Amino acid sequence: MSDGGDAMKNVIEVNGVSIRYITGDFKNIGLKEYVIRRLTGRYHVKEFWADKDITFSLDSGDMLSIIGSNGAGKSTLLKAVSGIMIPTEGSVTTNGKIAALLELTSGFDADLTVRENTYLRGAMLGYTREFMDEKYEDIIAFAELGEFQDHTFKQLSSGMKSRLAFSIACLVNPDILILDEVLSVGDGAFRKKSGNKMKEILASGVTGILVSHSIEQIRELSNKILWLDHGRQVTFTEDVQTCCDAYEEFMNTKKAPKSDEQIREMAEAFQRRKLEQKGKKHQQQVKQVEAYIREGNQPAVDAALAILRENRPDLLAENVTGNTKG
Amino acid sequence: MFERLKKNQFLFEELVKRDFKQKYKGTVLGMAWSVLAPLLNLLVMRLVFTQFFGRDMEHYTTYLFCGTLVWSYYRESTRGGMNALVSNANVFTKIKLPKYLFLLSKNVSALINFCLTLLVFFFFCILDHVTFTLKFLCLLYPIVCLVVMNIGIGLILSALYVFFRDTSYLYDIFLTLLNYLSAIFYQVDRYPAHIRRLFLMNPVYCNIKYFRIVVIDGSVPSLNYHLLCAGYAILLLMIGAWMYKKFNHKFLYYV
Repeated sequence: MSDGGDAMKNVIEVNGVSIRYITGDFKNIGLKEYVIRRLTGRYHVKEFWADKDITFSLDSGDMLSIIGSNGAGKSTLLKAVSGIMIPTEGSVTTNGKIAALLELTSGFDADLTVRENTYLRGAMLGYTREFMDEKYEDIIAFAELGEFQDHTFKQLSSGMKSRLAFSIACLVNPDILILDEVLSVGDGAFRKKSGNKMKEILASGVTGILVSHSIEQIRELSNKILWLDHGRQVTFTEDVQTCCDAYEEFMNTKKAPKSDEQIREMAEAFQRRKLEQKGKKHQQQVKQVEAYIREGNQPAVDAALAILRENRPDLLAENVTGNTKG
Repeated sequence: MFERLKKNQFLFEELVKRDFKQKYKGTVLGMAWSVLAPLLNLLVMRLVFTQFFGRDMEHYTTYLFCGTLVWSYYRESTRGGMNALVSNANVFTKIKLPKYLFLLSKNVSALINFCLTLLVFFFFCILDHVTFTLKFLCLLYPIVCLVVMNIGIGLILSALYVFFRDTSYLYDIFLTLLNYLSAIFYQVDRYPAHIRRLFLMNPVYCNIKYFRIVVIDGSVPSLNYHLLCAGYAILLLMIGAWMYKKFNHKFLYYV
């Protein structure tokens, strides 16, 4: 725990953070072109703001989800929070030990064995040798790679690689946990296992930041939400459900809202759409029931009953058998 | 500082192991190359310069070996160091760790190679009837200077290499030039004094010369050599450290 004492406020504080990439400078165009352009006065640097003026703060135990389409600046922002990148403008303050799990499988060495890679990665994540000696068996068991320990890394399938990466990374015991798309690795069975493991870690009271493309997961796990669009902060709110509704509408219309007002409107539009869809499905089913009953044979009646059971179980509660036999 | 070193010790060890394995991956002889390569290199040079160019100074093999010993350590360590950042780009853009560790680990594997070659060098000294004295302990001094200097140059080169990939080609050419300016296989005695002084502008030559004074002449070099070797080492290290400090957070935009 930190030296704060009373309930931890502002474990993470991100204040007006902007991050700029520069394209078209000497690195892009090469030394020769750089000199030529400098001499002829045609040297221009293009700026690209991956994030522009992002502000939010998290208290201890908060779980923040960052949503936004590809290229919205989510991963760049995570790099700034985890301290890998220094923001061009603004500031990031964090209290506590940070574990950032970003793009897990990169950074392994293809020619080292699974065992060697495990130790190397553990070292990179800041574990001690004793800790790795103690946990090594667990890691391999969790990743289900027992028989591959002495294979080189390049012999593994991509699913195995991400399983190993996840298993090493989830040993962390941080105050702040940053997850970039790590809850969706491996096959179905492993995904379930890893999801549970993550929930276990999150339940231990860490402050978390999550980037995920699964809206379901976000609705389930987070209590705050940050929406980015082309590097711009659309909103930062605690109203996760409304925001997710609006975001699902956004994925349909591709028009980002400009104000809280519009977010609310979009959320309502989404609910309306959902209701409409439900209504449409309902009408279809009513028609189907009618058709089945008109046909009158036993399988058709069974199908009609199935639909009724789904939508109006109350109608079937009592004298059901009597009705159907008639 | 000390605490941070201790914290990163495990990572450092693992990185050194990795670099070593990478270096000899797929070779049949593996680490034996550390000894074989400089040895064969020496034999070729010895053959060429005694048979074709007819050098017949006393202890010529030792003279030559002093040069190739220092030179190959310098070349290996700086060329390897140049790659330190770029080849680890996919690590330090994802995980926060001190970037200079990559360079240091590359330098360690070059240093181990150097130490192995040094043993072979002493063996050759015996064959060449060089008398061993306590003065040989002085050799520790240029070795330390070389280590520091190579780290410094590695820092500079690896930082430059991130920004300009042309660095690799330019440095190769520079190495060829420096090789010929380091008096590895020839003697500088036949040049006038003011030209001889110019040679001292080459840090590699200073260290080679230091080795030769101790091993062949059997004496302790003058204070000037000590100052020069240490001066170059500290200066280059400081420039390198300054570059890493200044560009620490810029590297990631360019890899």
